[in-house]
Amino acid sequence: MTLLETNENQSNVQDNRRKSGYLNPKSKFADVVMFFGVIYFMIPLVWIVVASTKTKNDLFQTFSLGFGHSNSFFTNIAATFRQDNGAFGHWLFNTLFYAVTAAFLSTVTATMAGYSLAHFKYRGSRLVESLILGMVMVPGTALVMPLYLLFAKIHLVNTIWSVILPSVLNPFGAFLMRVYITNSVPEEMLQAARIDRASEFKIFFRIVLPILKPALLTVFLFSLVASWNNYFLPLVMLSSEKLYPLAVGLNTWFGQASQYTADQTLYNCVIDGALIAIVPLIISFIFLQKYWRGGLTAGAVK
Amino acid sequence: MKLKTKQSVVGWTFIIPFLIVVLCMLFIPLAYAYYLSSHQNTLVGGNKFVWFSNYKTVFTDPLFLEGLKRVALFGLIQIPLMLGIALIAALVLDTVNSKMAKVFRLIAFLPYAVPAVVGALMWGFLDSNTFGPFGKILLHLGFKSVDLFAPSAFIYTIGNIVTWAWTGYNMIVIYSALRGLPRDAYESALIDGASQVQIARYIKIPAIKNALILTFIFCVIGTMQIYTEPSILSRYTQAVSLGYTPNIYAYSLAFSQSQFNYSAAVSFALALVVFIASYGFFAYNRRRESQS
Repeated sequence: MTLLETNENQSNVQDNRRKSGYLNPKSKFADVVMFFGVIYFMIPLVWIVVASTKTKNDLFQTFSLGFGHSNSFFTNIAATFRQDNGAFGHWLFNTLFYAVTAAFLSTVTATMAGYSLAHFKYRGSRLVESLILGMVMVPGTALVMPLYLLFAKIHLVNTIWSVILPSVLNPFGAFLMRVYITNSVPEEMLQAARIDRASEFKIFFRIVLPILKPALLTVFLFSLVASWNNYFLPLVMLSSEKLYPLAVGLNTWFGQASQYTADQTLYNCVIDGALIAIVPLIISFIFLQKYWRGGLTAGAVK
Repeated sequence: MKLKTKQSVVGWTFIIPFLIVVLCMLFIPLAYAYYLSSHQNTLVGGNKFVWFSNYKTVFTDPLFLEGLKRVALFGLIQIPLMLGIALIAALVLDTVNSKMAKVFRLIAFLPYAVPAVVGALMWGFLDSNTFGPFGKILLHLGFKSVDLFAPSAFIYTIGNIVTWAWTGYNMIVIYSALRGLPRDAYESALIDGASQVQIARYIKIPAIKNALILTFIFCVIGTMQIYTEPSILSRYTQAVSLGYTPNIYAYSLAFSQSQFNYSAAVSFALALVVFIASYGFFAYNRRRESQS
């Protein structure tokens, strides 16, 4: 009886450990430290939400982390969209369009490349594979100036393609895909399909792609964020305001606002515009947490 | 034999689109940058091939070296600090599973979703004494208010923004690697009476070495290229000189001075330094690993 009880206790202890991730899982000290961490990471985000509701005067005169005397959130948002004949709407659409197109193309090319490297052996495949790691280490911004000069020659500068095409390059995505496919698509499955005389493209679309769904979303999200957040590339490539993405457009407004003669309601437009620029990504982070972490795991393992 | 040929054809078909992108967006621009920087427009001789003389100019150009030194020194302090915090946070998240830990894990990662321009704008407002709370809080507590955009303080202001933006990302990378480890390895260590710190030090950290190396390399690559934050905030401060960072230098060479060839040479030189530093570090670690 006692023996049984001890056994039961032990297994309980082990169960607890398994559930809680091993030992002092409820450390108060850690919680307090993390609480301060949360505050630190939240300060700018709290600030921008608060500031987006303030009138111009409150923005300058009231305490920056507290609300103002009145709520002018919707007035500010409307002003942001009206400013410069609706420039903000263009910028928002451009950002979305550039990011989605580039992310889509880069996910497609990276996935195909990853599949090719994971399951086919041919002359040059080894070379490509070792080059990919080197490619990851070429700093992207160093390519921007030469690309600008090249694009100027073929009249691509100041077009949507000058921003989209360079963002399609995604060696890290190909690397992630190669790792993921090797681990999750067994060779035998492909062999079986080949014996059934399925065509190679059918195998790719019907068998491989469905398995890759989570990884596809992950690579897509990462390239989406990369081009959504890119500043240097569009800054160099684009000269007409109509083609600007949010990052470049908002900074133009900020520049105008900081001049002494400027109309200072522009500050409100910059702040509310910045808020609109980050909301979609933050929402996607909260709802797609699993996929964000999934991709990082694959990258971290190898 | 036939099967082998078919394998090659299919394999190539799948990788060709990627290779075309790599060729057009990576190799050709790099080759072109080299081509441009190895030619010099002289009044007498026209367009002349000069091999590496432009690079001799770049690597002895005080403005380029100033920026390079600044970002290197910045990285030397900021990267270990940030990765240290990220590693400790990840180890804590791997052991503690309170509600606070879950909130922290999400919130710390959020800044990664914020465009660098917006991050710089927000911190610019927060750190300025006109808009921000910090100056007022310091005054209220009886301190002298500090100018975070003074030339001597500005690099710390940038350091804070970069740390804010990237700590959570690196933490999640490291945390994901920790989660991928087999749990039974430290189950026995726990039973043998090892402390969490010992387990972290002797089991977990060595096991995720590759992930740590990867995050380190990405940090180095990112830091050397830094452009957005100092450029956006240059409106607040006198600190950002022409050669404040290599990329600021490259940009102003091209767009304020129309020295496009030399700007390409600066870009290429920066790429070379970054590539050699990161690939060298990577190869060194790989070799050490295969020896041991």
